[in-house]
Amino acid sequence: MSVDHKPALLLGYGNPARGDDGLGPALLEMIEEDRRQGRAPDSFNTLTDYQLQIEHVLDMQKRQLVVFIDASVSAAAPFDYSRLEPCRDNSYTSHAMSPAALLTVYEQVCGEPLPDAYLLGISAYQFDLGSSITARAYKHLGQARDFVRELLFQYV
Amino acid sequence: MVHPRETEIDALETAQQPDKLKRVVIEPLTRVEGHGKVTLLLDDDNHVKQARLHIVEFRGFEKFIQGRPYWELPVIVQRLCGICPVSHHLAAAKATDQLIGVKSLTPTAEKVRRLMHLGQVLQSHALHFFHLSSPDLLFGYDDAVAHRNIVGVLADYPEVATQGVMLRKFGQEVIRITSGKRIHGTGAVPGGVNKSLGSEERDYLLADIDQVIEWGEAAVALTKRLFMQDLDHNRNFALIDTNMLSLGREDGAMDLYHGGLRLKDASGKIVIDNLDYLGYGEHIHEQVKSWSYMKFPFVTGLGPEHGSYRVGPLARVNNCDFIDTPLAEAARVEFRALVEGGLVQSTLAYHWARMVELLYCAEGIRDLLHDPDLMGSELRLRGEMQHTGIGVLEAPRGTLFHHYEIDDDGLVTRANLIVSTTNNNSAMNQSIRRVALDQLDGRELTEPLLNSIEVAIRAYDPCLSCATHALGKMPLEVELVDESGEVLDRLFRNSQGVVGVC
Repeated sequence: MSVDHKPALLLGYGNPARGDDGLGPALLEMIEEDRRQGRAPDSFNTLTDYQLQIEHVLDMQKRQLVVFIDASVSAAAPFDYSRLEPCRDNSYTSHAMSPAALLTVYEQVCGEPLPDAYLLGISAYQFDLGSSITARAYKHLGQARDFVRELLFQYV
Repeated sequence: MVHPRETEIDALETAQQPDKLKRVVIEPLTRVEGHGKVTLLLDDDNHVKQARLHIVEFRGFEKFIQGRPYWELPVIVQRLCGICPVSHHLAAAKATDQLIGVKSLTPTAEKVRRLMHLGQVLQSHALHFFHLSSPDLLFGYDDAVAHRNIVGVLADYPEVATQGVMLRKFGQEVIRITSGKRIHGTGAVPGGVNKSLGSEERDYLLADIDQVIEWGEAAVALTKRLFMQDLDHNRNFALIDTNMLSLGREDGAMDLYHGGLRLKDASGKIVIDNLDYLGYGEHIHEQVKSWSYMKFPFVTGLGPEHGSYRVGPLARVNNCDFIDTPLAEAARVEFRALVEGGLVQSTLAYHWARMVELLYCAEGIRDLLHDPDLMGSELRLRGEMQHTGIGVLEAPRGTLFHHYEIDDDGLVTRANLIVSTTNNNSAMNQSIRRVALDQLDGRELTEPLLNSIEVAIRAYDPCLSCATHALGKMPLEVELVDESGEVLDRLFRNSQGVVGVC
């Protein structure tokens, strides 16, 4: 890794007040705890938000690896991990943005090579306001945590 | 007098014999809840006989909030929406001010809150225009000549995407500094704020504000050019005549944080003015319709048939007498000159009005940053506890009402919210009916025509209670169903923007 680059970025997004939607932020909390306990390498940054937004491209600058972590209703259990390519958004509302669309904005705005970007979609089931993470999704969360720890060690 | 076109638009709310019509469904499935859906009923000749927009609004909020202590409200309501948490934060804070018996804040508290609010509106408007609406105006047309003209305009603004991001970032920094955090901030508390600005924080924001204002001016110029470039189309696209509702300052100035309610009728005549929003319940009722999960607010004095209204940038710029910052005021005057005497009713003018407000926010932030009260030390007041608190402000998408009742222990017993998108529900329905009449009636269904409906909806930037966003849903699905219910055809657009047939 070049000394000019910042550490890998784990960007977990979702609303913790809506059940499994909070899987991304929950995974980041677990990984941060692993780091404190010495079970994960030290060299990575985490960032959490309700939704992806265009200004997140500024958080992605000067990095070689960015992993988006989200709840997914289409991922096969326990999780999917796939490489992302830029793709323009076709939404009719400003209320959400896809990781692929964010990469398109990055290309427009940052004028530097895209980082390697991946999506970790954790299989999710229930999103009601005020509900907790479901037991099934929580199991997936544990498996995703092991995967991310291993990924970070490999990256370092 | 009712315009004949209006009658046609209204007639499309309910078809006379819906069971004998084909059904077209446009269903953007990006949300687990809160998704929008458009249904069109067509007869055998593809004439539109019914057009309805369905949006599922907040579910479970009352249950979520019931039994919670009142002082949690400004924080917990931020979980309702991932895009405008600050608007909910401040509306709830205003309501809790009343719950603890505080009628007016200290100058420092009020100005810190106003600064936070302007930062929120600025970053929200920047997102909507630069990364969502401008593609409609820049690329959203099927017409080759219009498209070519618009690309020409864009060539003069190669930095649009970058400016959008930087404006967002600046607005986020205003929020972070005034609320303490980038998200889940706790800046506003019952009776005031929990921090004021330090001189370093003020100077940090001041360092960029002139650039932000310059970008705001460029954004207004861009939206104006784009609108005027294809004036006939932009003026008439999804055009409807409606009442307009907004908060405003007592002297008629634009005010997004506080003021009295003003309603203008479709001709521009003031019907209600300087109404204390504590009495909103007597003047605004919500009609329930069997076919929609979202209610339809209306002004009681005008009745459900004539009392619906629009809110948001278009209403605010139309309703105010002036804007008290010079550049935005000049932009407002130019905007209002689109129509001699009356209101600017063009739905696509929302985009232009939104940028006028963005400029107002930028100038307002600058003015506040030069105000020494921002760095004061008197942050909170306390009064005598009350059982009812109502907070109203102008959120980016329009007037937002928060109403809470608490018991003697300070626990919430009842909550009622009317969000901006609910206030615009009738208008959005009318707009898609207008598009359906103008562009779909008597033609075969095509993807660009259906996209026009999305363009009309997008002008309002509806809030879809989308604090959830799980992956794996298709953003657009169109179904053609015959009178027996059989699906004849299905068109989808997936998250990569690919259109296909199932």
